[in-house]
Amino acid sequence: MAEAILSLAEISRSFGDFKAVDNVALEIETGSITGLIGPNGAGKSTLFNVVAGELTPTSGSIELFGKDVTRLHPDQRFALGLGRTFQIPRPFKRMSVLENVMLAPTGQTGETLWGAVFARGRIQTQEQRIRKKALEVLDFLTLRHLADQPAGKISGGQMKLLELARVLMGDPKLILLDEPAAGVNPVLTETLIEKIEELNRGGKTFLIIEHDMDFVMRHCDPVVAMAEGKIVFKGTSSEAQTNPVLLDAYLGAPVDA
Amino acid sequence: MIGVVSYLVFFTTVAAILGIAVMGLNLQWGNTGLFNGGVVASFGAGAYATLMLGGPPQDGHVGGFGLVYPLALAGGMLAAGILAWIVGKLTLRLRHDYLAIATFGVAVAFENVMRNATTITGGAQGIRGFERPLRAMLGDGFTYNVVFLVGVLVTLVLVYVFLERLTVSPFGRMLRAIREDETAARSLGKAPDRIRLISFVTGSVIIGLAGGLYGTFYAFVSPQDVLPILTFQIWAMLIVGGAGNTKGALAGAFIIWGAWTFSGWALSRFAPIEAQLYTGSIQFVLIGLVIVGMLLWRPQGLFPERLVVSQPGQNREKTQAEGFT
Repeated sequence: MAEAILSLAEISRSFGDFKAVDNVALEIETGSITGLIGPNGAGKSTLFNVVAGELTPTSGSIELFGKDVTRLHPDQRFALGLGRTFQIPRPFKRMSVLENVMLAPTGQTGETLWGAVFARGRIQTQEQRIRKKALEVLDFLTLRHLADQPAGKISGGQMKLLELARVLMGDPKLILLDEPAAGVNPVLTETLIEKIEELNRGGKTFLIIEHDMDFVMRHCDPVVAMAEGKIVFKGTSSEAQTNPVLLDAYLGAPVDA
Repeated sequence: MIGVVSYLVFFTTVAAILGIAVMGLNLQWGNTGLFNGGVVASFGAGAYATLMLGGPPQDGHVGGFGLVYPLALAGGMLAAGILAWIVGKLTLRLRHDYLAIATFGVAVAFENVMRNATTITGGAQGIRGFERPLRAMLGDGFTYNVVFLVGVLVTLVLVYVFLERLTVSPFGRMLRAIREDETAARSLGKAPDRIRLISFVTGSVIIGLAGGLYGTFYAFVSPQDVLPILTFQIWAMLIVGGAGNTKGALAGAFIIWGAWTFSGWALSRFAPIEAQLYTGSIQFVLIGLVIVGMLLWRPQGLFPERLVVSQPGQNREKTQAEGFT
């Protein structure tokens, strides 16, 4: 087994009496495209938010890139190399697509009040570099023609691509995608899959929540299944399709891959 | 004729001072989405501190340090900044209407402290006896007012340039991102709590500067100058002008201040005697109507925010962002 890029140890997260995530231990191998499946309410998104730092775990610890990040905020985890998208896309609606993407790189000189007003020369050089990279990323994700559009006016599928574009600007090593194919038309989904696989070949690790079983079975390996806050299965996609627990708990019937 | 010119100078001075305050609020609300319901607290902190630091010593209350004017004015800004930092630390975790209620409460508390802490603030009497800068040289007349107006306009331009640079910079981009979606901004490596505080304090310092100039202009400040109505007036200016657009903020200041003074004059001249008793109240109603009307029919203001792609020094790509919600 390859080295773990992310390890979760005994992670639990409760909301009141409800245990959304219940004692989860999970390792994500470097270089994998791991699929996370499970019925609605299984705790997948909660687990995502715990990994990203948006929620603190009630108990347990998270190790990212070999470092304990349990107490770090989401922005600090992003700076370390963890990118995430949202189940319902969250574009900055009244900003242009390009501006959405240019926002993401951390540690920009112009992000301090003083630098913004007085270090204009340095910012200009930096902005040109960021802009160039942003346009490349938009190009890569087939969004370049939308660069000057307000991000609130593009389609839902394009918003999902935009979220990925923003994340890529931070050069993440691990990318969490929350239902990237949901509500996206098949053509864009194909584009998205193609790009994910290309990025993966370039060394990026993915952890993907997805309900589209066809997507998961064809492109994710390994597959992890959750139900009622617990991990009920982890194995290859072919194992997943024949696993009786999984068939019972989630799939209901055998899947044609 | 000289009467008209003299009045125009007076009008423009006050409008420009309020314009500076509106630009400060625009940084907070227009750019960052911080619903500051206590504008008048920053304004008052600036006015009071400037007069207390720059005024002569007086019997009966503390203060009157007789500092040179620029230091007194800077002290006023500092006071507004410190107050905003404390308030911000306590309340910026709140969102939207909750933040508005909390800051409004702070402003009401501020007014009451000014009214009652007689030994420091002069109580209901306010702070008197402030010597306006350069008065010995320029006297009290028309010349003085013109020079003062020039000083205010220069300040206004400096604040404007500062804010415009900020808006098109990566910092401005970050503010807008936090305004649009804090969670998403946080997931992209930005620290909203810190940035909101910086924006709140900076905006309040600018509002405090306006307050300092206001106090200087009248050489007097009292609790009557820090009533909630001023917060509403400044908000009306921003809403009418266009939140998120610095030029709009300025235009709004002149339009609303013009409408305010004109309505006061018109009411005193044309309204029946019985109604004149209620001039102030009628003006309150009018300003309320303006705010509600704008929010209903043109929420983006007369000069809507424009889509900015940050490129300092280069040709800025701007497209009209009208009609967004």
